[in-house]
Amino acid sequence: MSKSKTFIIFQDNADARPFIDAVEQDNPDISIDYQPGMVRFENEGELIIRRETVEEIIGREVDLQEIHVHLVSIGGNIEEDDDYIRLVWN
Amino acid sequence: MAVKKRLNMRKRYELLTRGLAWEPSYQPREKVFPYEDFEGIKITDWDKWEDPFRLTADSYWKYQAEKDKKLYAVMDSFAQNDGFLNVSDASYINALKIFIQGVSPLEYQAHRGFAHLARQFAGEGAQIACQMQSIDELRHIQTQIHTISNYNKYFTGMHDPFHMHDRVWYLSVPKSFMDDARTAGPFEFITSISFSFEYLLTNLLFVPFMSGAAHNGDMSTVTFGFSAQSDESRHMTLGLGIIKFLLEQHEDNVPIVQKWMDKHFWRSYRLLGIVSAMQDYMLTESPLSWKEGWKIYFEDNAGALFNDLSRYGIKMPKFHEVATAEADHLSHQVYSVFYAFSHAAGFQTTVPSAKKMDWLSEKYPDTFDKYYRPRWEMWAEMEKEGKRFFNGGLPLDCQVCQIPMVFTDVVNGNPMKPTHRVSEYKGDKYHTCSDGCRDIFENEPEKYVQALVPPQQIFQGNCGGETIPDVLNWYHFAADDGGEYHGSTDEKNWKKWHGEQSDSGSQEKA
Amino acid sequence: MSVNISKKAIEPIRTNFAYTERRVGKRPATRYQEATYDVQPTCGFHYRPVYDPSRELFDESRTAIVMEDWYAFMDPRQFYYTPYVTTRANQQEVMEKNLSMIEKQELLSTVPEALKQLVRDVVIPLRHVEYAANMNNQHIADQGYGASITGVAAFCGFDHIAMSQYISKLALALDDNEDNGLIAAREAWMDSPDWQPLRALIEEVFVVDDWFETLVAQDIVLDGLLHPLIFGHFMKEVTAKGGIPIAMMTAFMNDWYPETIRWTNHLVKVTAKESDANNALLAEWTKKWVAKAEEALKPVAELAFGDAGAEHLDSVKKELIGRLSKQGLKV
Repeated sequence: MSKSKTFIIFQDNADARPFIDAVEQDNPDISIDYQPGMVRFENEGELIIRRETVEEIIGREVDLQEIHVHLVSIGGNIEEDDDYIRLVWN
Repeated sequence: MAVKKRLNMRKRYELLTRGLAWEPSYQPREKVFPYEDFEGIKITDWDKWEDPFRLTADSYWKYQAEKDKKLYAVMDSFAQNDGFLNVSDASYINALKIFIQGVSPLEYQAHRGFAHLARQFAGEGAQIACQMQSIDELRHIQTQIHTISNYNKYFTGMHDPFHMHDRVWYLSVPKSFMDDARTAGPFEFITSISFSFEYLLTNLLFVPFMSGAAHNGDMSTVTFGFSAQSDESRHMTLGLGIIKFLLEQHEDNVPIVQKWMDKHFWRSYRLLGIVSAMQDYMLTESPLSWKEGWKIYFEDNAGALFNDLSRYGIKMPKFHEVATAEADHLSHQVYSVFYAFSHAAGFQTTVPSAKKMDWLSEKYPDTFDKYYRPRWEMWAEMEKEGKRFFNGGLPLDCQVCQIPMVFTDVVNGNPMKPTHRVSEYKGDKYHTCSDGCRDIFENEPEKYVQALVPPQQIFQGNCGGETIPDVLNWYHFAADDGGEYHGSTDEKNWKKWHGEQSDSGSQEKA
Repeated sequence: MSVNISKKAIEPIRTNFAYTERRVGKRPATRYQEATYDVQPTCGFHYRPVYDPSRELFDESRTAIVMEDWYAFMDPRQFYYTPYVTTRANQQEVMEKNLSMIEKQELLSTVPEALKQLVRDVVIPLRHVEYAANMNNQHIADQGYGASITGVAAFCGFDHIAMSQYISKLALALDDNEDNGLIAAREAWMDSPDWQPLRALIEEVFVVDDWFETLVAQDIVLDGLLHPLIFGHFMKEVTAKGGIPIAMMTAFMNDWYPETIRWTNHLVKVTAKESDANNALLAEWTKKWVAKAEEALKPVAELAFGDAGAEHLDSVKKELIGRLSKQGLKV
């Protein structure tokens, strides 16, 4: 069995952009796949989205639960906190 | 005044949502929660349940309303601008017909199933997660109806989906799948739907297929698809959450859960055979093949998942290697059945175009040219000669998955050898399509002998009459709902709308 | 003159789904109608439920109420999912703003401590009642017949769980985010003699099998007494005694109740009109549960209003009975 990969998929639209950009910034070696209507990120090991990063991009206070509006799918166990959302396999 | 304590979201969520339930003392617990024990699952402490997403009811309203605002804006603009004219081809619409007939009614059933859990589970965290999912499922059926409503005004086959779902032969595949889960106990239901179906396999339905819809210019469908899938992320985490919870509660749960995973993985997989045909054949342009999707969303993702679950002693579901081996064949076999029986279906089929066949050769280098292209070319030839092939008989359906017997012994390298199996129960013979379905039958024969297998029902006169037209009438199929796509009402209208027909002048598309 | 010929060529082949056309004819169906009419399966069930083998998966006999057409009742609010969440999202926005203002301006500090304590005693234990009301509505959504009734029940259940959370928020706000108010309310709910009759009643509703009786007991009778008693009468007194911020934190309930009785009234009307047998059964259930609920709520009313408790309870009871008889119910 290969090393476990986590993934996250967003709708590809302007409102989802800050989240997409934040994932790109916070996960340096992540692989990105643009498919029609969606953007898929895949990482070996964990994947993280930080509130601070999204807030910097968007220029306002953000509740990370806004992610629900843009999300298409995820793979991995989710850890949700005020400051980050993390996907991880144990 | 006391200094106000700051609460982080975890703590705040816990205080708002926990401590609500209590141990009944005026009524016996087993009367209040009558279905908690009979499946053999042992729950020692519901408080160990952890919500994967910490959404309070008011946040739920807020984000869901925002999602729907976006979705209905797209839907309305699609309808106002005749957006259906911009899809790649009218033949693509046939996939949507299967969707509204076969998938949408399952969403309503899921709404009911999760309401059952929301009432019957004794833990408040699990109850709330289930009731959120229950109304999400209402959202899904309703957004699907509203999206398809516009298509229904212009295309055949979508006019009476709920009547059809209860009766039509191929729709007994999805219907019996969901009836199976819904008639099981609450823990089996959630293992079936939340874990085996949603966690392991719905990505295959909602991600590549919906991305395919976008690829084919169907912005309305992709929007409801992705919007539904955003709820699905929550549902998947519920699926994973419940499995881990059950496994951690008691070691005796492990073999029970494993058995359910095995059963419902195979049930779900067989159901998705229909999706494989939609994906590879019914999308005019497919961005991703079934096989590629299977690799990403099952082999990689489920691999990671079962790696994670192995510490509880859980193994990959039984026959997963058969499913993976079949990825090279599945869509071809299932679409062939659709093709051969589409005179009795609520959608049309046709031989794949030359371009499509080349794409299939490229995506399925080991199988398409060798096994399936020759058959399509023969059928294309027959159509040219005016003898479009239809199978005039009734198929023999599998007693479990209710798909006609088309599957072959791919896993052992015999793709031409059928895997038809026969079991006996109380002196009668029952037919199944594969070892996977046979196992399911033999584990619970008393359940599966009840199945209303369509060809048998037709023979017994339970389907509106003795002749095919009687039956089709009972299904509420109109004369132009099924059959060959070439020459169909849909194709004629499509050409007319796009000014391709000589006798209606040469208007360009608006 | 510019006639768009290609547009004209694109005539729809039909206006409605066949299943809505059977209901509303050629007139275009509304989104509510499309989302609701005849969406539930009615036949062709493959297996019997292992937990209820005497019945089909969807089975009209799960209630003693008999309807020729279960879609004779349609929600007068026409709630399908989107208008439901949209309406609630707007209400929650107001609630969020209220809370934010109350916190920022420290408005609760102006409320007399004795009043706060009274609210802790009377209102906070109701979070358990709201939680139970949700379970009872989930039972209706699970066992009910027809998509119009199950949708309404699912949304109603969700509203109740939301209200349990609003009450929890109020508890936290009263206690500077400490959980002592929640704990005390739970203890009262479990052990205080004031609350035991109500808890016993609620547990009795839990074990009612007939879903329509559950609906009468929970949504029509218990909500019909408790909500006006506490969120109407009691909150009026709280407001008068300087508790406006507290009333603001329960404003949702004030809007929710008049909205909810629109559909319960209509349901009673349609069901009672169907047959004398239905009317008699609804009346029997109503009387039975009103008598039980009145007994169970007496100590709560006393807790809230002291000696005037009986009077307030009697007033909401009269209001309920009057409202139901107006719908044609022979109570």
